[in-house]
Amino acid sequence: MRTLILAGLAVLSTITLTAQNAEERGLQIAKAADQADQGFNSSIVNLKMTLKNKNGQTSERLLITRTLEQTTDGDKSLIVFNSPKDVKGTSTLTFTHKIGADDQWLFLPSIKRVKRISSNNKSGPFVGSEFAYEDLSSQEVEKYSYKFLEEKGNLLIVEQDPVDPKSGYTRRIVTYNKDKGYRIEKVEFYDRKNSLLKTLTYSDYKLYKGKFWRALTLHMVNHQSNKETVLKFSDYNFEAALADEDFTQVALKRAGQ
Amino acid sequence: MYYKSTGQLTTNNYMNALKKAGNATNAFAKKWAEFVIKFKWPVLISTLVIAMGLGSQGNMEFDGDYHVFFSESNPELEAFDALQDKYTKDDNIVIVLSPSNGDIFTKENLIAIEELTAEAWNTPYSSRVDAVTNFQHTSAQGDDLYVDDLSYESASKTDSEIKSIKEKALKEPLLVNRLLNEKGSVTAINVTVRLPGKDSAKEIPEVTAFVRKSISDFQEKYPNFQIHSSGLVPLNTAFFESSMRDMMLTLIMLVIVILTTLILTRNFFSTLATLIVVLFSIMSAIGFVGIMGIKLTPPSSVFPTMILTLAVADSIHILITMLQKMRKDGYTKKDALVESMRLNFMPVFITSLTTVIGFLTMNFGDVPPFWDLGNITAFGMTMAFFYSTTALPALMAVLPVKVKEKKGILIEKSSWYTNLGHFVAKQPTKLAIISIIVIGAFTFLATKNRFNDEFINYFDETVQFRSDTDYISENLTGIYNVEFSVGSGESGGINNPEYLKKLNDFEDWLNEQPEVIHVNAFSEVARRVNRSMHGDNESYYRVPNSREEAAQYLLLYELSLPFGLDLNNQINVDKSESRVTITLQNISSAEMIAFSKRAEKWLQDNTPKPMHTIGVSPTLMFSKLGFRQADSMLKGNIIALILISLVLMFALRNFKLGLLSIIPNVTPVFIGFGFWAMYKAQINTGMVIVFGMTLGIIVDDTVHFMSKFLRARRELGYDARQAVIYAFETVGKALVTTTVVLLAGFAVLSTSSFALNSYMARITVIIILSALIIDFILLPALLILISKKDKVTTETPVKELEPQMQLDK
Repeated sequence: MRTLILAGLAVLSTITLTAQNAEERGLQIAKAADQADQGFNSSIVNLKMTLKNKNGQTSERLLITRTLEQTTDGDKSLIVFNSPKDVKGTSTLTFTHKIGADDQWLFLPSIKRVKRISSNNKSGPFVGSEFAYEDLSSQEVEKYSYKFLEEKGNLLIVEQDPVDPKSGYTRRIVTYNKDKGYRIEKVEFYDRKNSLLKTLTYSDYKLYKGKFWRALTLHMVNHQSNKETVLKFSDYNFEAALADEDFTQVALKRAGQ
Repeated sequence: MYYKSTGQLTTNNYMNALKKAGNATNAFAKKWAEFVIKFKWPVLISTLVIAMGLGSQGNMEFDGDYHVFFSESNPELEAFDALQDKYTKDDNIVIVLSPSNGDIFTKENLIAIEELTAEAWNTPYSSRVDAVTNFQHTSAQGDDLYVDDLSYESASKTDSEIKSIKEKALKEPLLVNRLLNEKGSVTAINVTVRLPGKDSAKEIPEVTAFVRKSISDFQEKYPNFQIHSSGLVPLNTAFFESSMRDMMLTLIMLVIVILTTLILTRNFFSTLATLIVVLFSIMSAIGFVGIMGIKLTPPSSVFPTMILTLAVADSIHILITMLQKMRKDGYTKKDALVESMRLNFMPVFITSLTTVIGFLTMNFGDVPPFWDLGNITAFGMTMAFFYSTTALPALMAVLPVKVKEKKGILIEKSSWYTNLGHFVAKQPTKLAIISIIVIGAFTFLATKNRFNDEFINYFDETVQFRSDTDYISENLTGIYNVEFSVGSGESGGINNPEYLKKLNDFEDWLNEQPEVIHVNAFSEVARRVNRSMHGDNESYYRVPNSREEAAQYLLLYELSLPFGLDLNNQINVDKSESRVTITLQNISSAEMIAFSKRAEKWLQDNTPKPMHTIGVSPTLMFSKLGFRQADSMLKGNIIALILISLVLMFALRNFKLGLLSIIPNVTPVFIGFGFWAMYKAQINTGMVIVFGMTLGIIVDDTVHFMSKFLRARRELGYDARQAVIYAFETVGKALVTTTVVLLAGFAVLSTSSFALNSYMARITVIIILSALIIDFILLPALLILISKKDKVTTETPVKELEPQMQLDK
């Protein structure tokens, strides 16, 4: 009897231990990935966004994205639309925050005004694409709770549960490549009813400054609507040395003109 | 009596050939019967194996998707599919909540709505849930824009916040008459689902089961809410469930078949044999369904009842003759059986053939479920003929059938029919004229019927989908809609101010139409964003002035859309077209078509060419379905009439009487529709098929009556009047009994809660009943009248004719 209880306790503690380990390990991996990407300071990149609907019809948008790395809070970003022609110059400035709603400003050249948009709509789609804001905004460790799932060769698979109740997902299954600076290879998104909604595949990885892995192609497939979005990045520039003054309302207005 | 001076020789040769054929048939029927009786066990086992073999292939799957009602080439479906290809294709469930206090905007009620909304996100295949609480409300203060859920975390709201939520909600054009009524006492949660469409027989029930459970759980927790639900998924579910319910009518019909057979034959084993024959027929038909991969729909799910109704007549004819021969004429069982088979083989064959032709004509229509109904029933009837001439005699040979001889009883019973015969024979002209006037009056009335395929009204008030939908139409919004995909003629052209202005005009015009409840157009979005960009200044609630402005506002709008929504709901991928969705009151099909035409005409008169377009929607598809079905069935009906008349000419071996038979075969349908004009005056798609179908059924009465008449003239040398009385005496009762069985069957179907089936069955009841009356009054009157002229020339050849193929017992 006693042995049985002991055995039971042993099993129980193993389970608790494993569970704890899974959570800890998941967190460790996320932290490692975050760590690996720290220190890029700023970047400028051209982006071609191709939207494809279920019938294969496509539409394209060209954007330029400037990013400024922040250590204590989420990154700052400034996006300028270059095409289609009638939205050329429309720009957004976003301060992502580790906790709480992001700050966002929008500049519309047609009325030459900057508008501040207060929205906690993170789960909505980014300009009609299959990417939600929360998929594109800077990935902060604090935004998820973690559970390590398995290790397949050099790939580490971690479940991430969003902390924000307004997230459109119940969980994401993220595949990290531990040999390549913990870069992300694939993300599977599960919607609020916990069915597979989207799969994001990263490809054409390139190493910048000997440290920063950047995928030049991001391919998002929505399994429920059968729509797809491809993001093609080109001309990564890590040498621009952008600073805080490049991410202000004035800079936003300037960028759009 | 049929050959005139010219071509007499050829006609004579033809008749001789037919006579031989007739004799051959008689001989064949006799040999067939003897063969079946001799090898009764092998025959019985073979038929059992065939029935079981076919039955084992049976696979009854139901399809509730409303798309099944439209053939692939249906232009309305094509137009609708084209629209759904351009935009997001969605199905929905509307859950309507009515709190008992009559005010949505209390803290408790908002909490409850938020809770059900959150639960609704878990609906299988759901892509979006819209409720008053998660409505994305935009407000502007200077250059600051605030986009937020109208009521998020309602539990934390103060009374004054709730008051302001109510004010905002009741002013919101996207909510009022859509998700909220004008008083704020009834609200809806709209669950959008994206069905993969791989297996609607599985997907739809999955969604329905979840929604029903959520609703019942919610009601348990919040009993102060009254809940109703509707939408395309519940519609599909209602189709699905009415298929299954109508299939259950088979059991009632089975009881009726047993009782009728028992009363008519007064013999247990005969009843058992009949039951086995009809069950074999149904098993075979079920096998056919499985082999052909047919998915059952409400119209086709009535096939077992149809087959039961129609197949039982074959057995009854054979059995009654056999038992009569045993009871009245003292035949042994075997002799009676052979004699009955000899007498009935051909009539049963002919009546089965005409019925099969009648049902096969449904393939000419444009509504696939009726193709299935026609083909399954035609196959079932073919098999019924097969089993009636194999399994039935074999069974009767095996079963220990014993009867008491009762001579003379039948003669007494037939006196009523004899009297009727005398009555008609006395005044044929008068009766013919009265009949023709009555028929003429009904035919005139028949033209007063109007097509109406309001699919909500397909279900009667006992169906919850119908009563819930009626509640929603009365208290919140319309269920019917029409959509227009309005083009601009250029990529990105929806931002062209000219386009937006015209679209706005169209929106305004639509809002002025009396049948319109709500209009959802892209011009409203353009106005709304313009206002937001100008600090909520109402004077900017108009479409922007420049293309850049419009395009940039649209981008802003796109950036603010919530999860599960994208522009593609309203705008096509290259932004050259936008969709206008109009919610309408419950109006009839004709009004629906007229409205759509009016809107199309407005676009033609008031907008540039690229903006001209046609209205599409499931509602409109159903509205036009009846007309389309009627047009396409016309050809089928004519072919059926020609084929069946030819069969009759062949069976009666008389061209003139074959031609005459058209009158009693066609006029019952006129009477049926004339009667219907007084009863409902609205006809639906299901009733279009009745002409071909009833033709195949009612022709049996004509065949039996005319063949008796001819036999009396040819074999017995009677004059026309005597021949009519003879026909009454011999087949009067048989016609009444088969009519009673048919009426019982269609009366059972007329209890269906699904109007395509119940209306079809009800009018068939009228048609079958009028067919009997016409066959008893107008047909004999006409037979006497046309024979008068022929009398002199045809008297002699008649007597020369031998008894040939007999269509009687």
